[in-house]
Amino acid sequence: MFARIYQSLPFFKKRLSLESAAQAVPETSKSSRAQTVEVDFDPLDPFIAYLLSKPGVAEVDKLHFDSPVLRSLKETGIQICVPLMSQGELVGLINLGPRRSEQEYSTDDRRLLNTLATQAAPALRVAQLVRQQQIEATERERMEQEMRVARLIQQTLLPKELPQPAGWHMAAYYQPARAVGGDFYDFINLPDGQLGFFVGDVTDKGVPAALVMASVRSILRSSAERESSPGKVLERVNDLLCPDIPPKMFATCLYAIINPLTGSMVFANAGHDLPYRRNQSGVEELRATGMPLGLMPGMSYDDQTISLAPGDSVLFSSDGLVEAHNTQREMFGFPRLRERIAAHHGEANLVEYLLSELKAFTGGEWEQEDDVTLVSLERLPLLGNGNGAVESWKLLDTFEIDSQPGNERLAMQQVAELLQNQQIPLNYLQKLITAVAEATMNAMEHGNHYEAGKPVSIEVCSNGEAIMVRITDHGTNQPIPEHTVPDLDAKLAGLQSPRGWGLFLIEKMVDEMRVSSDAAHHTLELIVNVKGDKHVDPNS
Amino acid sequence: MSTQILEATVRRQEKAAIIDLSGIIDAFAEAALNTAYTQAESQNTEVILLNFSQVAYINSTGIALIVGLLAKARKTHKRLLTCGLSSHYTEIFQITRLADFMGIYSDEESALREAN
Repeated sequence: MFARIYQSLPFFKKRLSLESAAQAVPETSKSSRAQTVEVDFDPLDPFIAYLLSKPGVAEVDKLHFDSPVLRSLKETGIQICVPLMSQGELVGLINLGPRRSEQEYSTDDRRLLNTLATQAAPALRVAQLVRQQQIEATERERMEQEMRVARLIQQTLLPKELPQPAGWHMAAYYQPARAVGGDFYDFINLPDGQLGFFVGDVTDKGVPAALVMASVRSILRSSAERESSPGKVLERVNDLLCPDIPPKMFATCLYAIINPLTGSMVFANAGHDLPYRRNQSGVEELRATGMPLGLMPGMSYDDQTISLAPGDSVLFSSDGLVEAHNTQREMFGFPRLRERIAAHHGEANLVEYLLSELKAFTGGEWEQEDDVTLVSLERLPLLGNGNGAVESWKLLDTFEIDSQPGNERLAMQQVAELLQNQQIPLNYLQKLITAVAEATMNAMEHGNHYEAGKPVSIEVCSNGEAIMVRITDHGTNQPIPEHTVPDLDAKLAGLQSPRGWGLFLIEKMVDEMRVSSDAAHHTLELIVNVKGDKHVDPNS
Repeated sequence: MSTQILEATVRRQEKAAIIDLSGIIDAFAEAALNTAYTQAESQNTEVILLNFSQVAYINSTGIALIVGLLAKARKTHKRLLTCGLSSHYTEIFQITRLADFMGIYSDEESALREAN
């Protein structure tokens, strides 16, 4: 009947959708001599307004007003246009060219077209809604898949376990927000027993952030092996990152090198939140500034050096903590973070404590706004004398002994050489180094099981009146047993093993022996008073 | 640190077999010490004298080895004497009560006087 039938593409319910999708594509069929013609529709076009105001067949060639749509339709050869209305909204058009018979469209034709439009419009509307839902579902699935990928990338790159050097406790917490952000942190084992640590945050979220994070991490790890200065490492990372980072993205990053034996920490900062140090004097920001990575090449970053004494700790965080809001829309903020760090006393470590403070602040129903990353590095305090008195031990030296049979004599030699100028009576020194040898032997055998890569750490300290030697192994499973006095009669009678003298000898050789354990270490502190009037004869 | 082997040689005096010890008495000394003791025992003397004058270091495992020798000596009714211990190790022998069961002499001569 009709020379050409043109069918509209979706006109969506919302005005915005109408704007974006306003085009007409005719059915294409060589047999019907149809041709594909796209016509852009401006929803404010007078022709659209005309169709809405006068439902029914519109004779295009008889309309004369200024309308780009009308003009396009005429140029395309459209003669009749039938609006498809559903619930008062224009959802499509049936466009027809001239009849093949070259006759005018009759009244019956128009009636038939109106009937067709009335029946086709709701069906078209339903089809449009179904299609819209399919598009939205596909988009949702794509975004969820992207989030899964981003989360996987991020979690793969975070450390599986934290290093726990002797005399230190490291704790970390990382919780991504629902839309995964770009927080990252990691540790690097460096030569000479030093430990590299970095924490950072990439702008943006999702896969792009995760990929930039992976790049920063990878470049940083390789740079850390080449450069010994944190500032130089960040300079190199920045220069390598700049050419490839996507526009409007950058990463903040703080990189620190820690010497676990001396407590020295050298660090540089590329725009990351400042860490806090807590020591006996209180809490202070560790200031270091620099441009974030990836913004501009040729940046330089200054190294800052601090010394962490036993009992000191440093907290690194990302902005997810300080920018968390409570139900009154107040922000957690830096002042509160500083206050909370200062107020921390108790059993829980600093990270656990701050998380409980965050939960108390935000309330249980908090929807996390950004990734939250917290890492604390704590140099463990010396064990104390049990009376709560503060002991001001000065570290004379610290070294490590490989766990190999016979190496306790190395420990003896090094301690003896270290103390040779301390004016310690010879018999006190001999007793101390005998105790050191026995404790080192126990540490190598029972704590480290003579495993390569598990050295015994030895610290030698003085407070002017006494010498303390601190011996730490990697024993985790078995507590150091309480020593018992060996029964020589039973041993001679064959009722007891002839062995079992180690702990007994240690305790007899020193004035005080303290034992402690944490999740990853055993530590023995051996103290000998070197001032004659204070020395307690162990035989007395 | 390389392991140091204890050198233990046996010589016979009139009434005593003397084991001259040189080096370090730790876990690695077990074979040398026991071999020397067996050799000394075969001398059929009432007294076996351990000469520690050339011993630089005895650890708790070494103490256990000496306890082992003392147990053997007591079983066979032999007297185990020592000489040449430094004042530090003399104190350790006292702390461990080894001194209660072994005569401790400053030098070989005074130990042999006791043996005679």
